[in-house]
Amino acid sequence: MKYIDEFRDGDGARHIAANIAAEVRPDVTYNFMEFCGGHTHAISRYGIADMLPANVRMIHGPGCPVCVLPIGRVDLAIRLALEQGVMLCTYGDTMRVPASDSLSLIKAKARGADIRMVYSAADALKLAEQNPDREVVFFAIGFETTTPPTALVVRDAAARAVKNFSVLCCHVLTPSAITHILESAEVRQLGTVPIDGFIGPAHVSIIIGSQPYEHFAEEYRKPVVITGFEPLDVMQGILMLVRQVNAGRALVENEFSRVVTRGGNLAAQNLVSQVFELRESFEWRGLGEVPYSALKIRPAFAAWDAERKFDLHYASVPDHKQCECGAILRGVKRPQDCKLFGTVCTPESPMGSCMVSNEGACAAHYSYGRFRNISPTPPGPLAPPGAGEVNSHIWPTL
Amino acid sequence: MCLAIPARVVELLPGMRAIVDLSGVRKDVSIDLVDDAQVGDYVIIHVGYAIGKIDPEEAARTLALFAELAQSEAQP
Repeated sequence: MKYIDEFRDGDGARHIAANIAAEVRPDVTYNFMEFCGGHTHAISRYGIADMLPANVRMIHGPGCPVCVLPIGRVDLAIRLALEQGVMLCTYGDTMRVPASDSLSLIKAKARGADIRMVYSAADALKLAEQNPDREVVFFAIGFETTTPPTALVVRDAAARAVKNFSVLCCHVLTPSAITHILESAEVRQLGTVPIDGFIGPAHVSIIIGSQPYEHFAEEYRKPVVITGFEPLDVMQGILMLVRQVNAGRALVENEFSRVVTRGGNLAAQNLVSQVFELRESFEWRGLGEVPYSALKIRPAFAAWDAERKFDLHYASVPDHKQCECGAILRGVKRPQDCKLFGTVCTPESPMGSCMVSNEGACAAHYSYGRFRNISPTPPGPLAPPGAGEVNSHIWPTL
Repeated sequence: MCLAIPARVVELLPGMRAIVDLSGVRKDVSIDLVDDAQVGDYVIIHVGYAIGKIDPEEAARTLALFAELAQSEAQP
Protein backbone atom coordinates (compact mmCIF):
# COMPACT_ATOMS: atom_id res chain seq x y z
CA MET A 1 0.00 0.00 0.00
CA LYS A 2 1.32 3.39 -0.97
CA TYR A 3 2.65 5.49 1.92
CA ILE A 4 2.81 2.37 4.10
CA ASP A 5 5.04 -0.26 2.44
CA GLU A 6 7.93 2.07 1.69
CA PHE A 7 7.94 3.16 5.34
CA ARG A 8 8.28 -0.46 6.52
CA ASP A 9 11.24 -1.48 4.37
CA GLY A 10 13.66 -3.75 6.27
CA ASP A 11 16.82 -2.63 4.45
CA GLY A 12 15.90 0.98 5.08
CA ALA A 13 15.45 0.24 8.79
CA ARG A 14 18.86 -1.45 8.98
CA HIS A 15 20.43 1.54 7.24
CA ILE A 16 18.95 3.99 9.77
CA ALA A 17 19.94 1.64 12.63
CA ALA A 18 23.52 1.74 11.36
CA ASN A 19 23.37 5.54 11.30
CA ILE A 20 22.10 5.62 14.89
CA ALA A 21 24.85 3.21 15.99
CA ALA A 22 27.47 5.36 14.24
CA GLU A 23 26.27 8.59 15.78
CA VAL A 24 25.56 7.73 19.42
CA ARG A 25 28.36 8.63 21.78
CA PRO A 26 29.42 5.70 23.94
CA ASP A 27 29.65 7.85 27.09
CA VAL A 28 26.10 9.24 26.79
CA THR A 29 22.82 7.56 27.75
CA TYR A 30 19.89 8.62 25.63
CA ASN A 31 16.46 8.33 27.30
CA PHE A 32 13.60 9.16 24.99
CA MET A 33 9.90 9.03 25.80
CA GLU A 34 7.52 8.07 23.04
CA PHE A 35 4.32 9.74 24.16
CA CYS A 36 1.89 7.86 21.91
CA GLY A 37 0.60 4.34 22.24
CA GLY A 38 0.88 4.08 18.45
CA HIS A 39 4.65 4.50 18.76
CA THR A 40 4.82 2.06 21.70
CA HIS A 41 3.03 -0.48 19.53
CA ALA A 42 5.34 0.12 16.53
CA ILE A 43 8.48 -0.14 18.71
CA SER A 44 7.34 -3.51 20.07
CA ARG A 45 5.80 -4.92 16.92
CA TYR A 46 8.71 -4.17 14.60
CA GLY A 47 11.44 -5.02 17.09
CA ILE A 48 12.82 -1.48 17.02
CA ALA A 49 14.15 -1.76 20.59
CA ASP A 50 16.44 -4.59 19.37
CA MET A 51 17.87 -2.43 16.61
CA LEU A 52 18.97 0.35 18.96
CA PRO A 53 22.34 0.58 20.72
CA ALA A 54 22.24 -0.38 24.42
CA ASN A 55 22.59 3.24 25.53
CA VAL A 56 19.43 4.36 23.70
CA ARG A 57 16.42 3.63 25.90
CA MET A 58 12.80 4.16 24.99
CA ILE A 59 10.37 5.02 27.81
CA HIS A 60 6.69 4.40 27.15
CA GLY A 61 4.48 7.43 27.76
CA PRO A 62 0.81 7.83 28.69
CA GLY A 63 -0.51 8.47 25.16
CA CYS A 64 -2.97 5.61 25.00
CA PRO A 65 -6.47 6.98 25.65
CA VAL A 66 -7.82 3.60 26.76
CA CYS A 67 -4.98 3.21 29.26
CA VAL A 68 -5.48 6.61 30.90
CA LEU A 69 -9.26 6.31 31.14
CA PRO A 70 -9.97 6.04 34.89
CA ILE A 71 -12.27 3.38 36.33
CA GLY A 72 -14.78 6.01 37.50
CA ARG A 73 -15.45 7.12 33.92
CA VAL A 74 -16.11 3.58 32.70
CA ASP A 75 -18.40 3.13 35.73
CA LEU A 76 -20.47 6.11 34.58
CA ALA A 77 -20.94 4.50 31.17
CA ILE A 78 -21.77 1.09 32.61
CA ARG A 79 -24.36 2.58 35.00
CA LEU A 80 -25.97 4.51 32.17
CA ALA A 81 -26.41 1.28 30.24
CA LEU A 82 -27.38 -0.99 33.14
CA GLU A 83 -29.46 1.34 35.31
CA GLN A 84 -30.83 3.97 32.93
CA GLY A 85 -31.36 1.54 30.07
CA VAL A 86 -29.71 3.70 27.42
CA MET A 87 -28.23 2.31 24.23
CA LEU A 88 -24.54 2.95 24.86
CA CYS A 89 -22.31 3.23 21.79
CA THR A 90 -18.54 3.15 22.04
CA TYR A 91 -15.33 2.43 20.14
CA GLY A 92 -14.24 -1.20 20.46
CA ASP A 93 -11.12 -0.21 22.42
CA THR A 94 -13.09 0.61 25.58
CA MET A 95 -15.12 -2.60 25.74
CA ARG A 96 -12.71 -4.58 27.93
CA VAL A 97 -11.41 -1.84 30.24
CA PRO A 98 -11.77 -3.19 33.79
CA ALA A 99 -14.22 -1.18 35.93
CA SER A 100 -15.72 -1.50 39.43
CA ASP A 101 -17.44 -4.69 40.67
CA SER A 102 -15.36 -6.85 38.28
CA LEU A 103 -17.35 -5.35 35.42
CA SER A 104 -16.36 -4.00 32.04
CA LEU A 105 -18.58 -2.79 29.21
CA ILE A 106 -18.42 -6.21 27.57
CA LYS A 107 -19.41 -7.95 30.83
CA ALA A 108 -22.23 -5.44 31.33
CA LYS A 109 -23.38 -6.33 27.81
CA ALA A 110 -23.39 -9.99 28.81
CA ARG A 111 -25.66 -8.99 31.72
CA GLY A 112 -28.13 -7.60 29.25
CA ALA A 113 -27.07 -3.97 28.88
CA ASP A 114 -27.53 -2.59 25.36
CA ILE A 115 -23.94 -1.73 24.49
CA ARG A 116 -22.98 -1.30 20.84
CA MET A 117 -19.49 -1.22 19.42
CA VAL A 118 -19.27 1.38 16.64
CA TYR A 119 -16.57 2.15 14.08
CA SER A 120 -17.41 5.82 13.89
CA ALA A 121 -19.13 8.48 15.99
CA ALA A 122 -21.44 8.98 12.99
CA ASP A 123 -22.70 5.40 13.40
CA ALA A 124 -23.85 6.26 16.94
CA LEU A 125 -25.83 9.25 15.68
CA LYS A 126 -27.33 7.07 12.95
CA LEU A 127 -28.47 4.54 15.60
CA ALA A 128 -30.17 7.39 17.50
CA GLU A 129 -32.04 8.46 14.37
CA GLN A 130 -33.09 4.88 13.66
CA ASN A 131 -34.30 4.36 17.26
CA PRO A 132 -36.19 7.55 18.16
CA ASP A 133 -37.83 5.85 21.16
CA ARG A 134 -34.46 5.03 22.77
CA GLU A 135 -31.91 7.24 24.51
CA VAL A 136 -28.59 6.76 22.71
CA VAL A 137 -25.33 7.82 24.40
CA PHE A 138 -21.96 7.90 22.66
CA PHE A 139 -19.13 7.18 25.11
CA ALA A 140 -16.45 9.36 23.51
CA ILE A 141 -12.82 8.83 24.41
CA GLY A 142 -9.57 9.74 22.71
CA PHE A 143 -6.93 12.38 22.19
CA GLU A 144 -7.07 15.29 19.72
CA THR A 145 -7.15 12.91 16.73
CA THR A 146 -10.52 11.52 17.76
CA THR A 147 -12.09 14.72 19.10
CA PRO A 148 -13.04 16.44 15.79
CA PRO A 149 -15.31 13.54 14.66
CA THR A 150 -17.12 13.77 18.04
CA ALA A 151 -17.47 17.54 17.59
CA LEU A 152 -19.00 16.92 14.16
CA VAL A 153 -21.67 14.53 15.46
CA VAL A 154 -22.60 16.90 18.30
CA ARG A 155 -22.92 19.72 15.75
CA ASP A 156 -24.95 17.48 13.40
CA ALA A 157 -27.20 16.22 16.21
CA ALA A 158 -27.94 19.83 17.15
CA ALA A 159 -28.51 20.86 13.52
CA ARG A 160 -30.87 17.94 12.91
CA ALA A 161 -32.47 18.29 16.38
CA VAL A 162 -31.85 14.64 17.30
CA LYS A 163 -33.16 14.84 20.87
CA ASN A 164 -32.50 11.25 21.96
CA PHE A 165 -28.73 11.47 21.34
CA SER A 166 -26.03 12.63 23.77
CA VAL A 167 -22.28 12.30 24.30
CA LEU A 168 -20.39 11.26 27.44
CA CYS A 169 -17.26 13.25 26.69
CA CYS A 170 -13.92 11.90 27.95
CA HIS A 171 -11.66 13.56 25.39
CA VAL A 172 -8.22 14.43 26.74
CA LEU A 173 -5.40 16.73 25.65
CA THR A 174 -1.83 15.78 24.79
CA PRO A 175 0.12 18.96 25.67
CA SER A 176 -1.22 19.11 29.23
CA ALA A 177 -0.23 15.48 29.81
CA ILE A 178 3.31 16.18 28.57
CA THR A 179 3.52 19.23 30.86
CA HIS A 180 2.32 17.09 33.76
CA ILE A 181 5.08 14.52 33.13
CA LEU A 182 7.74 17.21 32.80
CA GLU A 183 6.56 18.81 36.06
CA SER A 184 6.35 15.50 37.95
CA ALA A 185 8.64 14.82 40.88
CA GLU A 186 10.12 11.78 39.13
CA VAL A 187 11.37 13.93 36.28
CA ARG A 188 12.12 17.23 38.04
CA GLN A 189 13.48 16.32 41.47
CA LEU A 190 14.03 12.60 41.91
CA GLY A 191 15.48 12.02 38.47
CA THR A 192 14.05 8.49 38.47
CA VAL A 193 12.62 9.11 35.02
CA PRO A 194 15.35 10.78 33.00
CA ILE A 195 13.96 12.18 29.75
CA ASP A 196 16.32 13.57 27.12
CA GLY A 197 13.72 14.06 24.43
CA PHE A 198 10.29 13.16 23.10
CA ILE A 199 9.06 11.28 20.09
CA GLY A 200 6.08 13.57 19.42
CA PRO A 201 2.61 12.32 18.46
CA ALA A 202 1.85 11.48 14.84
CA HIS A 203 -1.87 11.71 14.20
CA VAL A 204 -2.60 14.05 17.11
CA SER A 205 -0.18 16.48 15.47
CA ILE A 206 -2.08 16.35 12.16
CA ILE A 207 -4.86 18.13 14.06
CA ILE A 208 -2.97 20.39 16.50
CA GLY A 209 0.19 20.99 14.41
CA SER A 210 3.77 21.15 15.64
CA GLN A 211 3.46 24.60 17.23
CA PRO A 212 2.05 23.47 20.65
CA TYR A 213 5.27 21.53 21.37
CA GLU A 214 7.54 24.55 20.94
CA HIS A 215 6.89 25.47 24.57
CA PHE A 216 8.38 22.16 25.80
CA ALA A 217 11.48 22.57 23.72
CA GLU A 218 12.05 26.14 24.92
CA GLU A 219 10.84 26.03 28.52
CA TYR A 220 12.09 22.57 29.51
CA ARG A 221 15.01 22.30 27.06
CA LYS A 222 13.73 18.97 25.71
CA PRO A 223 13.99 18.15 22.02
CA VAL A 224 10.76 16.96 20.38
CA VAL A 225 10.63 15.12 17.05
CA ILE A 226 7.13 14.60 15.64
CA THR A 227 7.24 11.18 14.04
CA GLY A 228 4.96 8.98 11.93
CA PHE A 229 3.75 5.61 13.21
CA GLU A 230 5.57 3.46 10.63
CA PRO A 231 8.79 1.76 11.77
CA LEU A 232 11.14 3.74 9.53
CA ASP A 233 9.53 6.96 10.74
CA VAL A 234 10.20 5.95 14.34
CA MET A 235 13.83 4.97 13.59
CA GLN A 236 14.43 8.28 11.79
CA GLY A 237 12.79 10.17 14.68
CA ILE A 238 15.16 8.50 17.14
CA LEU A 239 18.14 9.39 14.93
CA MET A 240 16.98 13.02 14.81
CA LEU A 241 16.70 13.06 18.63
CA VAL A 242 20.20 11.57 18.99
CA ARG A 243 21.54 14.33 16.72
CA GLN A 244 19.81 17.05 18.76
CA VAL A 245 21.20 15.66 22.03
CA ASN A 246 24.70 15.40 20.52
CA ALA A 247 24.53 19.00 19.32
CA GLY A 248 23.03 20.27 22.59
CA ARG A 249 19.93 21.51 20.77
CA ALA A 250 16.32 21.43 21.98
CA LEU A 251 14.03 22.11 19.06
CA VAL A 252 10.78 20.87 17.64
CA GLU A 253 11.52 18.93 14.46
CA ASN A 254 8.95 17.35 12.19
CA GLU A 255 9.77 13.97 10.65
CA PHE A 256 6.09 13.47 9.73
CA SER A 257 6.05 16.47 7.40
CA ARG A 258 4.04 14.58 4.80
CA VAL A 259 0.89 15.35 6.82
CA VAL A 260 1.85 17.52 9.81
CA THR A 261 2.19 21.29 9.43
CA ARG A 262 3.08 23.88 12.05
CA GLY A 263 -0.50 25.13 12.35
CA GLY A 264 -2.31 21.79 12.02
CA ASN A 265 -5.82 21.27 10.68
CA LEU A 266 -7.50 24.63 11.32
CA ALA A 267 -10.96 23.51 10.21
CA ALA A 268 -10.84 20.71 12.80
CA GLN A 269 -9.51 23.05 15.52
CA ASN A 270 -12.30 25.59 14.89
CA LEU A 271 -14.95 22.93 15.03
CA VAL A 272 -13.58 21.49 18.28
CA SER A 273 -13.56 24.94 19.91
CA GLN A 274 -17.14 25.61 18.79
CA VAL A 275 -18.42 22.48 20.53
CA PHE A 276 -16.01 21.93 23.44
CA GLU A 277 -14.40 23.96 26.21
CA LEU A 278 -11.67 23.13 28.73
CA ARG A 279 -12.46 21.16 31.86
CA GLU A 280 -10.85 22.62 34.96
CA SER A 281 -9.53 19.23 35.94
CA PHE A 282 -9.77 15.63 34.79
CA GLU A 283 -8.54 12.45 36.42
CA TRP A 284 -6.12 10.33 34.37
CA ARG A 285 -5.29 6.80 35.34
CA GLY A 286 -1.67 6.90 36.43
CA LEU A 287 -1.31 10.68 36.42
CA GLY A 288 -4.13 11.59 38.83
CA GLU A 289 -6.01 14.88 38.52
CA VAL A 290 -4.46 16.97 35.75
CA PRO A 291 -5.64 20.59 35.48
CA TYR A 292 -7.06 21.73 32.13
CA SER A 293 -6.25 18.40 30.52
CA ALA A 294 -9.62 17.45 29.04
CA LEU A 295 -12.65 18.83 27.23
CA LYS A 296 -16.32 19.15 28.07
CA ILE A 297 -19.29 20.09 25.95
CA ARG A 298 -20.11 23.82 25.84
CA PRO A 299 -23.37 25.00 27.50
CA ALA A 300 -24.80 25.86 24.06
CA PHE A 301 -24.86 22.12 23.35
CA ALA A 302 -26.00 21.09 26.87
CA ALA A 303 -28.93 19.11 25.48
CA TRP A 304 -26.44 16.71 23.88
CA ASP A 305 -24.17 16.42 26.94
CA ALA A 306 -24.89 13.11 28.70
CA GLU A 307 -23.35 14.38 31.96
CA ARG A 308 -25.96 17.16 32.17
CA LYS A 309 -28.80 15.18 30.65
CA PHE A 310 -28.51 12.27 33.10
CA ASP A 311 -27.08 14.32 35.99
CA LEU A 312 -23.91 12.23 36.18
CA HIS A 313 -21.33 12.86 38.87
CA TYR A 314 -17.82 11.51 38.59
CA ALA A 315 -16.41 9.58 41.54
CA SER A 316 -12.78 8.49 41.63
CA VAL A 317 -12.17 4.74 42.11
CA PRO A 318 -8.72 3.40 43.06
CA ASP A 319 -6.98 0.87 40.79
CA HIS A 320 -6.29 -2.75 41.77
CA LYS A 321 -3.67 -2.62 44.55
CA GLN A 322 -1.03 -4.66 42.78
CA CYS A 323 -1.63 -3.17 39.34
CA GLU A 324 1.35 -1.07 38.26
CA CYS A 325 -0.42 0.68 35.36
CA GLY A 326 -0.04 4.03 37.10
CA ALA A 327 3.73 3.77 37.44
CA ILE A 328 4.03 2.31 33.93
CA LEU A 329 2.03 5.21 32.45
CA ARG A 330 4.40 7.69 34.13
CA GLY A 331 7.45 5.87 32.77
CA VAL A 332 8.58 4.90 36.31
CA LYS A 333 8.17 1.14 35.78
CA ARG A 334 8.20 -1.26 32.84
CA PRO A 335 5.50 -3.86 32.18
CA GLN A 336 7.77 -6.71 33.29
CA ASP A 337 8.22 -4.98 36.67
CA CYS A 338 4.54 -5.64 37.51
CA LYS A 339 3.72 -8.77 39.51
CA LEU A 340 0.47 -9.26 37.64
CA PHE A 341 2.07 -9.04 34.16
CA GLY A 342 1.60 -12.21 32.16
CA THR A 343 0.22 -14.16 35.12
CA VAL A 344 -3.24 -12.97 36.14
CA CYS A 345 -3.12 -10.01 33.77
CA THR A 346 -3.08 -10.96 30.08
CA PRO A 347 -4.70 -9.46 26.97
CA GLU A 348 -7.42 -12.14 27.23
CA SER A 349 -8.31 -11.13 30.79
CA PRO A 350 -6.75 -7.78 31.58
CA MET A 351 -6.55 -6.52 35.17
CA GLY A 352 -5.08 -3.16 34.28
CA SER A 353 -5.84 -0.79 31.43
CA CYS A 354 -2.35 -1.00 29.87
CA MET A 355 -3.10 -4.63 28.99
CA VAL A 356 -6.36 -3.76 27.23
CA SER A 357 -5.59 -1.71 24.16
CA ASN A 358 -2.98 -3.13 21.80
CA GLU A 359 -1.29 0.26 22.12
CA GLY A 360 -0.91 -0.17 25.86
CA ALA A 361 2.66 -0.72 27.04
CA CYS A 362 1.76 -4.05 28.71
CA ALA A 363 -0.23 -5.43 25.77
CA ALA A 364 2.51 -4.44 23.33
CA HIS A 365 5.19 -6.03 25.48
CA TYR A 366 3.07 -9.14 26.04
CA SER A 367 2.33 -9.60 22.34
CA TYR A 368 5.73 -8.89 20.88
CA GLY A 369 8.37 -8.55 23.55
CA ARG A 370 7.84 -10.89 26.48
CA PHE A 371 10.24 -13.53 25.17
CA ARG A 372 12.98 -10.91 24.89
CA ASN A 373 13.35 -11.16 28.67
CA ILE A 374 14.43 -14.78 28.36
CA SER A 375 18.07 -15.39 27.53
CA PRO A 376 18.81 -18.54 25.57
CA THR A 377 19.27 -21.48 27.95
CA PRO A 378 22.32 -23.75 27.67
CA PRO A 379 21.94 -26.59 25.16
CA GLY A 380 20.23 -29.78 26.24
CA PRO A 381 16.54 -30.38 26.83
CA LEU A 382 17.03 -30.98 30.54
CA ALA A 383 18.61 -27.70 31.51
CA PRO A 384 17.75 -27.19 35.18
CA PRO A 385 15.22 -24.54 36.09
CA GLY A 386 16.92 -21.24 36.66
CA ALA A 387 19.79 -22.07 34.31
CA GLY A 388 18.82 -19.24 32.03
CA GLU A 389 17.45 -15.90 32.99
CA VAL A 390 13.86 -16.98 32.99
CA ASN A 391 11.29 -14.33 33.69
CA SER A 392 9.28 -15.87 36.48
CA HIS A 393 6.43 -13.48 35.76
CA ILE A 394 5.85 -15.15 32.44
CA TRP A 395 6.63 -18.72 33.31
CA PRO A 396 5.59 -19.06 36.94
CA THR A 397 5.71 -22.85 36.78
CA LEU A 398 9.27 -23.14 35.50
CA MET B 1 -6.82 4.39 19.30
CA CYS B 2 -5.21 7.06 17.14
CA LEU B 3 -4.97 4.48 14.36
CA ALA B 4 -5.31 6.07 10.95
CA ILE B 5 -4.42 4.92 7.44
CA PRO B 6 -3.63 6.62 4.15
CA ALA B 7 -6.16 6.01 1.37
CA ARG B 8 -6.70 7.47 -2.12
CA VAL B 9 -9.78 9.54 -2.90
CA VAL B 10 -11.50 8.01 -5.95
CA GLU B 11 -14.84 9.81 -6.00
CA LEU B 12 -16.33 12.91 -4.41
CA LEU B 13 -19.91 12.55 -3.16
CA PRO B 14 -22.44 15.22 -2.10
CA GLY B 15 -22.70 16.18 1.59
CA MET B 16 -18.93 16.39 2.18
CA ARG B 17 -18.40 12.69 1.64
CA ALA B 18 -16.02 10.77 -0.59
CA ILE B 19 -15.20 7.23 -1.61
CA VAL B 20 -11.64 6.21 -0.81
CA ASP B 21 -9.71 3.22 -2.05
CA LEU B 22 -7.35 1.27 0.13
CA SER B 23 -5.68 -1.46 -1.91
CA GLY B 24 -8.98 -2.36 -3.54
CA VAL B 25 -11.16 -1.85 -0.48
CA ARG B 26 -13.56 1.03 -1.13
CA LYS B 27 -15.11 2.95 1.70
CA ASP B 28 -17.42 5.92 2.05
CA VAL B 29 -15.84 8.48 4.42
CA SER B 30 -16.50 12.03 5.60
CA ILE B 31 -14.32 14.83 4.21
CA ASP B 32 -15.82 17.49 6.50
CA LEU B 33 -12.40 18.03 8.09
CA VAL B 34 -10.43 18.11 4.79
CA ASP B 35 -12.79 20.05 2.57
CA ASP B 36 -10.28 20.64 -0.23
CA ALA B 37 -9.70 16.93 -0.89
CA GLN B 38 -9.71 16.11 -4.62
CA VAL B 39 -9.88 12.87 -6.58
CA GLY B 40 -6.37 11.35 -6.60
CA ASP B 41 -5.31 12.87 -3.26
CA TYR B 42 -4.19 10.59 -0.47
CA VAL B 43 -5.95 11.36 2.80
CA ILE B 44 -5.44 9.97 6.31
CA ILE B 45 -8.57 8.16 7.51
CA HIS B 46 -9.45 7.94 11.22
CA VAL B 47 -12.78 6.48 12.47
CA GLY B 48 -14.43 7.16 9.12
CA TYR B 49 -13.19 10.74 8.75
CA ALA B 50 -10.39 12.13 6.61
CA ILE B 51 -8.29 14.18 9.05
CA GLY B 52 -5.37 15.25 6.86
CA LYS B 53 -3.97 15.19 3.36
CA ILE B 54 -0.61 13.70 2.35
CA ASP B 55 1.84 16.06 0.65
CA PRO B 56 3.57 13.82 -1.94
CA GLU B 57 6.65 16.08 -2.17
CA GLU B 58 7.20 15.99 1.58
CA ALA B 59 6.76 12.20 1.56
CA ALA B 60 9.47 11.89 -1.12
CA ARG B 61 11.73 14.18 0.90
CA THR B 62 11.30 12.01 4.02
CA LEU B 63 12.10 8.85 2.04
CA ALA B 64 15.26 10.53 0.73
CA LEU B 65 16.16 11.45 4.31
CA PHE B 66 16.06 7.76 5.29
CA ALA B 67 18.73 6.99 2.70
CA GLU B 68 21.17 9.64 3.93
CA LEU B 69 24.51 8.61 5.36
CA ALA B 70 25.38 9.00 9.01
CA GLN B 71 26.65 12.51 9.75
CA SER B 72 30.11 11.25 10.66
CA GLU B 73 30.43 9.38 7.33
CA ALA B 74 28.95 12.22 5.31
CA GLN B 75 31.55 14.71 6.50
CA PRO B 76 34.83 14.39 4.60
